[in-house]
Amino acid sequence: MKNIIKYENVYLQQTASVVGSKEKEGPLGNRFDSFSADDRFDKDTWEKSESEMVRRTVEALLRKSDLTFQDIDLFAGGDLLDQCIATSHAMNNNGVPYLGLYGACSTAAEGLLIGSMFAEKGFTVGTVASSHFCSAERQYRFPLEYGSQRTPTAQNTVTGCGSFLLSTNKSSVRITEGVIGKIQDNGISDANNMGAAMATAAIDTILRYFSDSGKTEKDFDIIATGDLGHEGFELAKEYAKSKGLILGDNYTDCGVMIYDLEKQDVCAGGSGCGCSASVFAAYVCPKLMAGEFENALLVGTGALLSPKSIIQNKIIPSVAHLVCFERC
Amino acid sequence: MNRQEFVDLAENRAKRTASLKNCIYAFLCGGIICVIGQLLTFLYSNFMKDEKSAATLASVTLVFFSGLFTGIGWFDKLAKYAGAGTLVPITGFANAVASPAIEARSEGYVKGVAAQMFVIAGPVIVYGAASSVVYGIVYYIIMKIGISI
Repeated sequence: MKNIIKYENVYLQQTASVVGSKEKEGPLGNRFDSFSADDRFDKDTWEKSESEMVRRTVEALLRKSDLTFQDIDLFAGGDLLDQCIATSHAMNNNGVPYLGLYGACSTAAEGLLIGSMFAEKGFTVGTVASSHFCSAERQYRFPLEYGSQRTPTAQNTVTGCGSFLLSTNKSSVRITEGVIGKIQDNGISDANNMGAAMATAAIDTILRYFSDSGKTEKDFDIIATGDLGHEGFELAKEYAKSKGLILGDNYTDCGVMIYDLEKQDVCAGGSGCGCSASVFAAYVCPKLMAGEFENALLVGTGALLSPKSIIQNKIIPSVAHLVCFERC
Repeated sequence: MNRQEFVDLAENRAKRTASLKNCIYAFLCGGIICVIGQLLTFLYSNFMKDEKSAATLASVTLVFFSGLFTGIGWFDKLAKYAGAGTLVPITGFANAVASPAIEARSEGYVKGVAAQMFVIAGPVIVYGAASSVVYGIVYYIIMKIGISI
């Protein structure tokens, strides 16, 4: 079986990110392109707010790249809402061909993998991934005003959106390789411990990549899973150790990076498509472009559950896609 | 590490909910709500002879303030600490009805508010009503065979 997709000619042109208030208050707060102080993005329903956030992110991407919609050949993206309405409504009438994606929190990585395929063929591709705390709470958990307590292992859905522009035009950062994740479960069925459910998928994808590429964890400036949260992050390290992979200080997790876990009330950290998307768009990719990192691995992890499967107490199938960024 | 070992590891290292702290907060907050209810009953008793009506009016007042606090966003902030302290008294029921109703406004008054209002409280109403029917039947049979309670 082929594990690694090699991209010969795919360059990262630009990134953009828009977030909510809690993410703005987090450690990466000043790196995002814009934010909404009340998370509403000037709209009257949470679904419209999320769409508006996606629209503003894409607008920022085009503005920063000095392009218009006519210059884009494809948008590929998705979010957490039923039938991916946040992204499709944001794309409405923009005149650009669109592919909708669903990979839960792995959507950003999935978008980059698929987008790179098209970019390799000469397309100018925009990828986008978003999640919104309020619309996700409505769909997956309880109404916002419902008085409930959360378990410490639960993760907080990030209100955020990240977008990436890929093409064959030479730039300082290339997407060189990718690994598509296999769906697997590890016996965890607790929707309040998604980090644990995804941890093994992340490590298995990393191991597949290392065994086929001959690279090791020491070859990378940053390896970031997204988003296992603190709980899944620690479990991933333990699980990796049992497989003979010692992950060091260059290993981190987007769900841990986006919030201050001590000061902010976010339980085990961030989750949602917008988490790894906004962390890579606002922090990792700009650092690659600036030469502060030579290379980076994004391991986008997704817990593929639904409100129905949670109620039916089904096991949580998980997936992890890997994307390798390198400076050139 | 095999599948079972991983599940065990995940369960063992998962930070437990701080049950003792939650119990103390729930006891204090729930207790305070009940004291307020009792004080309201005393207050209303001054204006009416019937103590049962005064107690009902006290419940109505608590329900009103739960709905109000849910609407202005205070209830969930309190419940985060109080837990069962706000959930168990009548305040929890009011919040469980008001919160989905408020949030479903975006789908309109029929398909949203009315349809979603009992999405959390529904099971309590269904099984509460069903068990009261069973209770009634048992009570009727006992009365028929002449056992006085």
